[in-house]
Amino acid sequence: MNIHEYQAKQLFNAYGIASPKGMFATTPQEAVNVAKELGGEGWVVKAQVHAGGRGKVGGVKVAKDLTQVAEYSEEMLGKRLVTIQTDHLGLPINSVLVEGLYPIQREFYLSILLDRSTERIIFIASIAGGMDIEAIAHDSPEQIMTLPVHPAAGMQGYQCRKVAYSLGLKGGQVKALTKIMQGMYDLFIDKDATQIEINPLIETDSGELLALDAKINFDDNAVALHSDILAMKDPSQEDDKENYAQQYGLNYITLEGNIGCMVNGAGLAMATMDLVKLKGGAPANFLDVGGGTNVEKVCEAFKLILSDTSVKAVLVNIFGGIVQCDVIASGILAAIEQIHVTIPVVVRLEGTNVEEGRALLTNTGLNIYPADDLAHAAEQVVALAEAV
Amino acid sequence: MSILINKDTKVICQGFTGKQGTFHSEQTLAYGTQLVGGVTPERGGDVHLGLPVFNTVEDAVNTTGATASVIYVPPFYAADAILEAVDAGIQLIVCITEGIPILQMLRVKAAMAGTGALLIGPNCPGVITPGECKIGIMPGKIHLPGSIGIVSRSGTLTYESVHQTTQQGLGQSTCVGIGGDPIHGMNFVDVLSRFQADEQTKGIVMVGEIGGSEEEDAADYIKAHVTKPVVAYIAGQTAPAGKRMGHAGAIVTGGKGTAKGKIAALKSAGIEVCVSPTDIGAAMKACF
Repeated sequence: MNIHEYQAKQLFNAYGIASPKGMFATTPQEAVNVAKELGGEGWVVKAQVHAGGRGKVGGVKVAKDLTQVAEYSEEMLGKRLVTIQTDHLGLPINSVLVEGLYPIQREFYLSILLDRSTERIIFIASIAGGMDIEAIAHDSPEQIMTLPVHPAAGMQGYQCRKVAYSLGLKGGQVKALTKIMQGMYDLFIDKDATQIEINPLIETDSGELLALDAKINFDDNAVALHSDILAMKDPSQEDDKENYAQQYGLNYITLEGNIGCMVNGAGLAMATMDLVKLKGGAPANFLDVGGGTNVEKVCEAFKLILSDTSVKAVLVNIFGGIVQCDVIASGILAAIEQIHVTIPVVVRLEGTNVEEGRALLTNTGLNIYPADDLAHAAEQVVALAEAV
Repeated sequence: MSILINKDTKVICQGFTGKQGTFHSEQTLAYGTQLVGGVTPERGGDVHLGLPVFNTVEDAVNTTGATASVIYVPPFYAADAILEAVDAGIQLIVCITEGIPILQMLRVKAAMAGTGALLIGPNCPGVITPGECKIGIMPGKIHLPGSIGIVSRSGTLTYESVHQTTQQGLGQSTCVGIGGDPIHGMNFVDVLSRFQADEQTKGIVMVGEIGGSEEEDAADYIKAHVTKPVVAYIAGQTAPAGKRMGHAGAIVTGGKGTAKGKIAALKSAGIEVCVSPTDIGAAMKACF
């Protein structure tokens, strides 16, 4: 789960991680009020969307006076922001973060994340802040420092000092960085984060260290344990269909093709998409209906797939293991009748009672094509989608 | 011989009296697995499905002599269940549960280091040696005792591989679903090394997917240590970056963990990689 920058900075504040003074606003007037309260000579107005790359597309602007604060907020609020990390529709800007302007001496990179290959929480630090960390890792790996934290011992002070000295920090800055890293570690553990990224962490003219940006991802499996984090969820930043799918225990991801896919199991769902592509078609979605498929779930899955008007044909691919194929076939039939599916539906069933299942789907008078193997099913659905 | 389990393996079930535990224990008993009892706290002394229920794994091990355990407890209790099994001396722990917080699994793995206990999963279908012992949620009927070892991160793709190798008449020695979570127990290399050492296993099917780097590690291992034919398939070639494809571990981030990279690594190790998931059985058959 993702949250907005302003929410991440509220959490930073609670964990003693210093960041620029600021406040979020939902109208230009609110934004001006925030700027007035902050005082100073200039402000930064930042569009709040769940995507990076905002600066390059006008999502971060420096205002020299209050008129500009109002002007930039007006420009951003209510619009959609398209960045390299969003799709072509972009994400809605429902709030902006207004912050004071700080003179930057240096920019660093600092993050904490879960490294699956070593099964450790690691810190990553770099003197090359403000840039794409993956590009730095690729072009100049010597500028990146990685520190694993042992799960039993937790983060140690020497690790923070090591990072501080490698970044060229001195005196009180070493303690300030230690406080930031301790805060990041505690926040990570307390709230089941999977990544906390500060890019850049700035050193101001007066030597102060501040988190200029803040990005936090949380473990979807653990958010139910944290009502405060769950309350920060912003459905406007997510795909409507993906939100709807979640309510019914379906895993759905929108893609850009015209062949709807309904599959049981995540691996088989990916493999089915790959196969459709291999046969010359384009999948419209990833959809895992999960185990224990029932009529209600299949109905909801069809509704989801058909709500995408570009879908011309549907491929249902179910490996009936514990649930028998004839039971699944009845479910599919009921769903197709109940919600009046008219576009062609190719159904590939395999597993227990497969003959009975296929028989139920034959000669139904509906637009159903039972397929006897997966390769043929994929070819057939591609041909049907093209014929429409 | 098979790997990990056989007809003599004594198994207990944690979360035995719950809905999932009950349903799958019935299937497991019907398959002929030596399920010897189960654990549900506060239900010790009860009889469920004709088998004794214990309050603790320790009691169950002491009374039944079980060496393997299968876990069906809900996600927020599963870490506790795994560590209880480790503490009681269970050698093979199969955790079916999906949705365990990743930081809990991180601590579980750290706590298991040095204990010698093996963990399969979580978020997996389990392990089966056809005709002898089934531990998990896979449909027993599609399996055939035979010569192919199958290891996979995905449940339903394991079933596809099983189905195809059964249809080709090859059958399976042991099938291991290692699970779809980013931090899990046995990995590809742990299973591949056992298949290489197992006499019954003549060929190996390995099914991977996007995310992480275990397939790349497996490619290096196979190149250096595996002499038996290996057929691989990688799911998620069309998956968009940054999206979690159902499994918590199936995600491409920062350009890492792509299907393309994994396929290239496997091919450069001389392993046959199927373009289509429907070719797995035929490709394996062609090796003999």
